[in-house]
Amino acid sequence: MATKGAQILVDSLINEGVEHIFGYPGGSVLPLFDVLYDAPVKFYLTRHEQGAAHAADGYARSSGRVGVCIATSGPGATNLTTGIATANMDSVPMVAITGQVKTNLIGNDAFQEADVTGITRPITKHNYLVKDIRDLARVIKEAFHIASTGRPGPVVVDVPVDITTSELEGEPDRTMHLPGYKPVTEGHSRQIKSAAAAINESLRPVLYVGGGVITAGAHEEVRKLAEAANVPVTMTLMGLGAFPGDHRLSLGMLGMHGTAAANYAVTESDLIIAVGARFDDRVTGRVDSFAPSAKVIHIDIDPTSISKNVRAHIPVVGDAKSILTEMLPLVTHSAREAWHTQIEDWKRKHPLNYNGNGGRIKPQSVIQQLCKMAPQDAIIATEVGQNQMWTALWYTFRRPRTLISSGGLGTMGFGFPAALGAQVAWPDRCVVDIAGDGSIQMNIQELGTAVQYKLPVKIVILNNGCLGMVRQWQELFYKHRYSQTILCATPDFVKLADAYGATGYRITDPGEVGDALQKTLRTPGPVILDVHVEQEENVFPMVPAGQAINRMIGGMA
Amino acid sequence: MRHVISAIVENKSGVLSHIAGLFSSRGFNIDSLTVGRTENPALSRMTIVVAGDDAILEQVRKQLGKVIDVIKVSDFAGKDIVQREQALIKVGCNNENRQQVVALVEVFEGKVVDISPGDMMVELSGPEAKVDAFVEMMRPYGIREMVRTGLVAMARGG
Ligand SMILES: Cc1ncc(C[n+]2csc(CCOP(=O)(O)OP(=O)(O)O)c2C)c(N)n1
Repeated sequence: MATKGAQILVDSLINEGVEHIFGYPGGSVLPLFDVLYDAPVKFYLTRHEQGAAHAADGYARSSGRVGVCIATSGPGATNLTTGIATANMDSVPMVAITGQVKTNLIGNDAFQEADVTGITRPITKHNYLVKDIRDLARVIKEAFHIASTGRPGPVVVDVPVDITTSELEGEPDRTMHLPGYKPVTEGHSRQIKSAAAAINESLRPVLYVGGGVITAGAHEEVRKLAEAANVPVTMTLMGLGAFPGDHRLSLGMLGMHGTAAANYAVTESDLIIAVGARFDDRVTGRVDSFAPSAKVIHIDIDPTSISKNVRAHIPVVGDAKSILTEMLPLVTHSAREAWHTQIEDWKRKHPLNYNGNGGRIKPQSVIQQLCKMAPQDAIIATEVGQNQMWTALWYTFRRPRTLISSGGLGTMGFGFPAALGAQVAWPDRCVVDIAGDGSIQMNIQELGTAVQYKLPVKIVILNNGCLGMVRQWQELFYKHRYSQTILCATPDFVKLADAYGATGYRITDPGEVGDALQKTLRTPGPVILDVHVEQEENVFPMVPAGQAINRMIGGMA
Repeated sequence: MRHVISAIVENKSGVLSHIAGLFSSRGFNIDSLTVGRTENPALSRMTIVVAGDDAILEQVRKQLGKVIDVIKVSDFAGKDIVQREQALIKVGCNNENRQQVVALVEVFEGKVVDISPGDMMVELSGPEAKVDAFVEMMRPYGIREMVRTGLVAMARGG
């Protein structure tokens, strides 16, 4: 029996358990879409391929499953790239399938040809150009395996149209052949023992937790370790939710917009226990002043992350969950009274704060009130900029996979389509995108997708009439010269929502915030809540780029 | 510091560009890179000479190891290895000094592979330092053209 390549491809996806696909059609994927027409998968037609990539990403981040997106050759594939790079920076498991021109036209500048494997090489975990139909089923299997194991990441499979139209006799071979791919999972026992000993000896330890903990499903183990050894915990943006933000041991986020307690604790610490975090420059600030008197334990699945930015004294390569499980019985409880008193003192003296006075709505208060109102399992996506940092600081994340945010790449326009993907993964949960008026306009067209598929995502726009985060930098470091950061001709978001068949509300008065949020959360279907907030509000505390992280400015009581 | 690293890679299209891209995007400086066939037709071997301190070397090694088509990475630091480079050098000479050049070629165990009235082409193989030394000796005569293959290396013993 002969099977068409397109059929083999779709069968392979179903074989991997794929139920939802995001994408956009075009010439080189016509055969594929013809098979998808009656395949047992639910397809979500986005309004732009970037939306499809972010939706697949949000689906993956919120569920832990591999997100899948499909685009045509040339412009379809290049439109995916921002989404692929976003997923790559945040280690999100994703398989992106792109059409390609016919095999014999590759390299001829054919219509809608782009060198997709060349373009995506630096922004993927791996990529393939399938040149032989006999490789197709195996490549799809390998793509899912690579995307979802080790340090996860996006894999691109570029499939020329003639591969999908040609036929293969007999059962396709799915046997994986990956001699060069052996992700380490078990940590080294001796390293785990020395890490535990270092924790037991430490007077001023800090757990520094990143997104890797969420990926590894090691949040319970982190909590147990923190409690067992009595160690305070700080989180990166990607790590929010890996440890309950309202736990007595939580210091909140660290780094450029970290809390004072977190940044002081790290600076004074004698032992940093990094788990699934990579010492990004937004976290460390000036590297030579980062935790200057601390030993560093670094637990990570990716050996290249270790000693890349900050030297690790005790590196432990492997899966965080298995390493922490092995470490738990080896740590002892210690009071560390002086350390905890010091931390409490910092927390008391320098809590997060903002000036709630004045006639305008304060964006921080919107997040605070949303946090009180939204169900415990609500999924909060963000765009990028002040909206993202206010969410990180003022929303208390208690569970893993409840914050969906572009950390590594900082992609404006990510939040809304990612929220749609999360809603597809969790149809019954409350999903909110906290946006800025700049970012939301980068993928606003996905309102069509939300309405078509009845995805009831709520968008809360913190509308400050400007590209707030950039404006903040211009205010602080460029003498208030607001070059190209004041947004004009912004559409009426209420009318816009209406035009798409969604619901829109607008508020301008601080007294309306609570009711408007209630109404937004209760209204069925997609809703935009356009909140007109104080224009020149800043995100504080803040560490100027390249400074030591204990040199915070602003927002310090 | 210069380091010699060897990587066994799958013999597939795209692997060389992948690795070259990795080096440029991570800002690693390559002194030389060679690729060639091995005892196994499915595999190629790359020999890479990189400049940098130990921390850079460690990153290079780990980043190479992370590439899915790279099967094995060996770092030759501190190992007993045989290293060879080959060079073709076209050097100017005339009836007066041709014999001097030939004598030098013999001292370096090179070979004259082509000769014409105004120049000759010399083939030379050996450790990099030997090739460097020969090149220096040839400079006074005028090097018209030169191509060096870059280093290949193999550890001694089993
Ligand atoms: C695609 C993209 N382009 C540019 C930037 C640079 N950038 C970072 S924050 C920001 C402003 C975001 O403005 P807005 O969405 O209105 O959010 P706000 O900061 O006002 O909350 C810009 C332009 C980016 N992160 N992503």
